This record gives sequence, C-alpha cells and structure tokens, in this order.
Amino acid sequence: MESTKLKKPQSVKTTITGAEALVRCLIAENVDTMFGYPGGAIMPVYDALYHYENEIKHIMTRHEQGASHAAQGYARISGKVGVCMATSGPGATNLITGLADAQLDSTPLVCITGQVSSKMIGSDAFQETDIVSISMPVTKWNIQITKAKDIPEAIAKAFYIARSGKPGPVLIDITKDAQFETFEFEYEPCLHIRSYIPNPQVDPKAIALAARVIDSAKKPLILFGHGILLANAKQEFKDFVEKSGAPAAWTIMGLSALDTDHPQNVGMLGMHGNYAPNIMTNECDVLVAIGMRFDDRVTGDVSRYAKQAKIIHLEIDPAEVNKNVGVDVPVLGNCKESLTQLTEAITKKSYPEWNDRAAQLTARENEMVIEDELFPPEEDKITMGEVIRHISDISRGTAVIVTDVGQHQMVTQRYYNYKEWKSNVTSGGLGTMGFALPAAIGAKFAAPHRQVIAVIGDGGFQMTIQELGTIFQTKIDVKILILNNEFLGMVRQWQDLFFEKRYSSVDMINPDFQMIAKGYGITAEKVTERADLEKAIHRFLSSEGSYLLEVLVGKENNVFPMIPTGASVSEIRLS
Amino acid sequence: MKEQFTISIYTENLIGLLHRITTIFTRRHSNIESINASESEVSGIHRYTVVITEEERKVKNIVKQIEKQIDVFKAFYHPNKNIVYQEIALYKMPTNILSQTREVEQIVRKHHARLLAVEPEFTIIEKTGFKEETQALFEQLKPHGILEFVRSGRISISKPMKEFQDYFLEVEKASKL
Ligand SMILES: Cc1ncc(C[n+]2csc(CCOP(=O)(O)OP(=O)(O)O)c2C)c(N)n1
Repeated sequence: MESTKLKKPQSVKTTITGAEALVRCLIAENVDTMFGYPGGAIMPVYDALYHYENEIKHIMTRHEQGASHAAQGYARISGKVGVCMATSGPGATNLITGLADAQLDSTPLVCITGQVSSKMIGSDAFQETDIVSISMPVTKWNIQITKAKDIPEAIAKAFYIARSGKPGPVLIDITKDAQFETFEFEYEPCLHIRSYIPNPQVDPKAIALAARVIDSAKKPLILFGHGILLANAKQEFKDFVEKSGAPAAWTIMGLSALDTDHPQNVGMLGMHGNYAPNIMTNECDVLVAIGMRFDDRVTGDVSRYAKQAKIIHLEIDPAEVNKNVGVDVPVLGNCKESLTQLTEAITKKSYPEWNDRAAQLTARENEMVIEDELFPPEEDKITMGEVIRHISDISRGTAVIVTDVGQHQMVTQRYYNYKEWKSNVTSGGLGTMGFALPAAIGAKFAAPHRQVIAVIGDGGFQMTIQELGTIFQTKIDVKILILNNEFLGMVRQWQDLFFEKRYSSVDMINPDFQMIAKGYGITAEKVTERADLEKAIHRFLSSEGSYLLEVLVGKENNVFPMIPTGASVSEIRLS
Repeated sequence: MKEQFTISIYTENLIGLLHRITTIFTRRHSNIESINASESEVSGIHRYTVVITEEERKVKNIVKQIEKQIDVFKAFYHPNKNIVYQEIALYKMPTNILSQTREVEQIVRKHHARLLAVEPEFTIIEKTGFKEETQALFEQLKPHGILEFVRSGRISISKPMKEFQDYFLEVEKASKL
C-alpha cells in the first residue's frame, strides 16, 4: 500500500459529538471522497457530514452494495483507503458482498455502519443486526463502538489495519448513542499495534538462497500478482524482470503491473489464461511467484502443479506461504523491498531457447484461438474479442478498465493492451457479478482525468443497474460497454462443455438498455453489425460525459483456452 | 496422518476474538475437541488452549490463519509428546450410595480421585488426569448412579523452554518496523 501522509494530529481539545468526531477523524486520515447511503441509525453522522461538505465529498449510491464496490474501485485506483458508510440492519448487510470481495482481493476499505443504541442491543430492536458477527469472516478486523470517546482510536486503528501489511476491509459499527454523545475530541493516528506485524523484515539468507536458485535456473518463469500493485513496486518489478531475463506471466489481479506488450510478458495464467504460461508452468525448472496466492483458478489441480519446479514465493502474508502449494524458498516481506534486494543479488541473464518456447506456444494459440477471436470471418457475428481490440486501439491502451464477471471479463483481460500501470479493476477472488458499474464510479472519482471504461455482460449489468442513478446525479464520465450475448454467457459455456448443452436458466430476455440509459440521461447506442462497430466505438470513447454502448455479440461463443476444473495446467484446451 | 495437537493462542483480551478464532476451525471442518480460555503468564494477555486431531500440514495452516488475526500475538501447536497436559472432571453422586457401600470409596481411592464436597444429598468427586483416566473413573462410577458429570477443556504447558514472554517482546518489536 502507498503510505499516505496523515494530517497533523489535532492538538487542541474540543468538545464535540461522536458523529462529528468521526467526520473529523476521516478528514485527519485524508479522506476527501466517500460512498454511502443514509438511514436511521447513522443519521447523526450524516448530519455532521452536512457541516463538512467542503472537506468530504459524500457520494450517495443507489444501494449499499454499490457503495462498497465504489469504495473498492476508488481504493484500487487511488492507492488510498476506500471509505463507505451505511445504516444498521439492511444497510449493513448490503455491504457484505463488497466486504467479502475486498477481503479476497486485499482491497483496503474502512466501512462504517450505524447501530441501534447500546441499551437496545440484544433486544431485536428495529433494524438491529449483529453486523460485527456477520462480517467477522469477511473483514481483516472489526469492532463495535458504544462510547463516543472510543471513536478516534478505533478509526485510527481501522485505517492503519486496512492499509498496512496485506491490505483488507475493516468494519466499525457505531451505536447511535455513541454518535450523539459528546466528549473531548483528540486524534492520534495509529502507528503500530503491538500484536500485529504488517511488515515482516526481509531475511537476507532467503534472498541469497532465492538468488542462487534463480541463477542456476535454465527455464525460470515469473508469476506476478496483485502484491506488486499494492506495494507500488512498479520500477522494482520491471528491473527484476529485465535483469532476470525470464518470461513473466500474470494473474488477473496482477494485470497492468507490467505492460501487456513488454517483450517478456507471456500473458495470463490460469483457467482462461494464455496457452504459453500455463504449459510452461509445468515445464519450467524454477517458478518465481511474486505477490500472488496460488488461487485454484490459477493452479488447476494442485497435485499436478509445477511439481518439477523449485518454487520461490515473495509474499507479505505468512499465512499465504505453503497454503495451497508447497514452496521451496519463501521470501517473506513487502515485495518492494524484497525485489530490490533480489534484483541486486541475481546475475543478468537471458534464455533464448526458453523464450523461443514461449513464442512457439503463443504462435499455436494465435493460430488456434486468437486470430479468429480478434479478426473473425466476415460471416460470423461480432466477437467480444474484436470489440475489445477496437477499444484497446482507440484508447491506446491507456484507459482504466473495469470489468464485471463472466466471459467478457476474461476476453477483456486477455485482449486489452494495457500500457499503463494500475489500470485494471476487476473482481478476482470473489467473482462478483454487479461489481463493475459501481467500481467504475469509484475508479472515476479516484482518477477524474483518466478515461474509465466499464466492460459488463448483459447479466451482471442488471445486478447493479441502479447505479446509473449515481452517474446521473454526480454527472461523472464513465463509459459503459455492454457485451450482450443474451445469455449468462460463462454459465452457458460450462453447460455447453460439461452438461451436454442443457441450457438451464441462462437465457436472458433483456430490456431495452438504451431506453433505460436515456431515462438516466445517459447517451446510449446499440451496435448489431460489424460495419458500424468501429465508428460507434470512436463516438463512445470521444463523447463528453457518460455513454452506454451495447454491442450484440455472438450468442454461443466460448472463451478459450480453458483449463476444465480438476484438470492440470498442462491439460489446457485450445478448443 | 492425523494426530492430536494442542494449540496455544496468546491474544489481547477482547470481546469477539473467540468467535474469530473458532470460525477459523469450523470453516475448515476441523472439529474442536476441547477449548479453554484463561489468563496467561503475561498480565493482560489471554490464552486459549484448543485441542484438535488433524494432519500436521492442516494444523500449520490453521495456526498461521490464527496468527494472522490482528489481535493475536502468537499461536503455537504441539503434538502430545511435547506438552504436559491435564483435564479435570467432576462427578456428582448421591451421598447415600457412599454411605451404603464401601465400593465407591474404594474406586475413588484406586483412581487417585478425591472428594471435593460432601453434602447430605450429594457428593462431588474430583479427578485430574488424562481423558482416558477421567473416562475410566466415569465407567466405574456409572453403575452406582452418576447424577451429573462434567469434564473441563484441556490445559497444557509446553516442554520447550523458550517462553511466550520472549516471543511477546519479539512480536512487539517487530510490530514497530
Ligand atoms: C453475484 C453472482 N452470481 C452468480 C455468479 C455466477 N456467474 C458467473 S459468470 C455468470 C454469467 C455472467 O453473465 P453475463 O453477465 O451476461 O456475462 P457473460 O459471461 O455473458 O460475459 C454467472 C451467472 C456470479 N459470478 N456472481
């Protein structure tokens, strides 16, 4: 995580309410944008926010789930902690999907929920839920506050925990009486917690051993994940890759940590990843995994995963080491530090033959899959791949790409040519349909000067479609691309391949998306013919303000390559 | 191969932490055989003692997940051979049984148990030992009519000499880096 400079602690004591104290804590933590939705148990805080409008911009979403994903999108692009807020009961439970998503994708969030008054707790009061217990498995830390005087310390800890070490979501539940209560306010940022070691020190012996293993490799392969982006280790990683001379492959959370067209970037790992890196995983002699956690979507069958290779794992979280895959050389610590030391310790190398192997496998995938996806025969329906090819060319690979979950997600990540650091926002670990639209809103607030494009399926769009209202009201500029195959495409693909085409509950009778967009004051256009596609994408990307472009794509196209569940990475299928 | 392990967890004394810890076991389908919460040798620091039967690989992962919790200082796991442990069991018997025959008294003596309380209506017998021992006493007393029985969670002390005190200082130092 980027370290953010904290505003000076408030030295003058003043007597204020818990609600106002909360707002002033947020300001002290450099929060200028937050997302939320009001309700009874959080009203005192909303009242306090009213007085601090110039310091904190509160974006009211149309659903608390939207607020949580918007805060995630904001955090992922800004490198700051995302903040969202909700009332007790249903407001709080609506945040759970966002918390779970942030927990799996290590996204720093501070979520504040209102709670019924402390004397009502346990009485099944109106809109009382035990949100602290409910959110426990999906938060890095959480706490309930029943006294105003405990608010500053809890908020300070919350921000420290959310952004340090392996980042994650934190929830603070504040009873209504604590919001009303007055006390002498003072704020001290949290600098450490005695039971918590966020930054394990890099062990020089581990670095030396890792360097020795890398130097003796004949066929090394680098795997990179979200940790590099979280550690802000752009240059450190690039230096390591280039000195090592090894091919490098990404997890979807690591995408955009290295330019897509970097000569050593051999593509995406895992289930719908590229052919070369998956095959090479089971051919390499040394695997250098950096800031990634060997998710099952990446490894396929773990019992047949890289058994021939020595595995080096650079990781900040000790609990991730040896969790899914046995590791030969663990290197604990922040990869910004460990990469610097490791680059220093290794010998500069190149592996012409091994890189030829990558080129040869890539050529095979080009021939069997990519050519047809990007340049389909004239008589075929529009493919998702060719839409993304145009989007990529016209935006010159510099946009922030926010994807939802499904076929369009895999296609976008495979074919968009990412040329800028930290440009991919997606729901990786949880695979949350409905993530993209609100996350794109958050991303836009984090980077108002960047082009933000949300790529969404016709199914996922309808899970959080109400956030069009947030775009309408805030007048922000988010480009929304709907890749409409009139199916829950990814589920249909599995039914096609593994359930003998029994298409159970996957066909979508869709509404008129253009009309809906227009109802929200958003310009919209629908493309059904290839001849109109490129021009429409130009209009889409050069428009002023938000724009919805719906493209009707082939209904029953499948995403390949694919590693079926339970198969090994080397059993990746090209058709 | 599954084996019995005792996990000792040193934590801040906070509401809700027990829930956070137990869900780490339940989520992984690991059955908690016994759990005990108490103070530790360091003032203000809590200690949980949890007994499970699992493969060591899984125990290691569980321990790491526990240590990952913000308010946990340190967690250790030990196979039975590396700890000294005990459980305590209490048995409530009708007092008239004891006065009618000498048999119960002989059982109590044979098992090195003791009479904790003798009331006109009932007598409480206490036995400290391994589960097998408290269970053996239970089986022998059963024909004489046990009114109530309870066995505590395991408490254990590890044999290695490095103490939590030392780790505590290490953790506290590392938390500031
Ligand atoms: C909230 C949620 N519910 C269900 C799923 C299971 N799921 C994964 S992909 C998918 C289909 C997505 O369809 P669509 O949004 O149209 O995108 P496509 O795959 O067609 O590109 C479904 C239902 C999910 N990932 N998230």
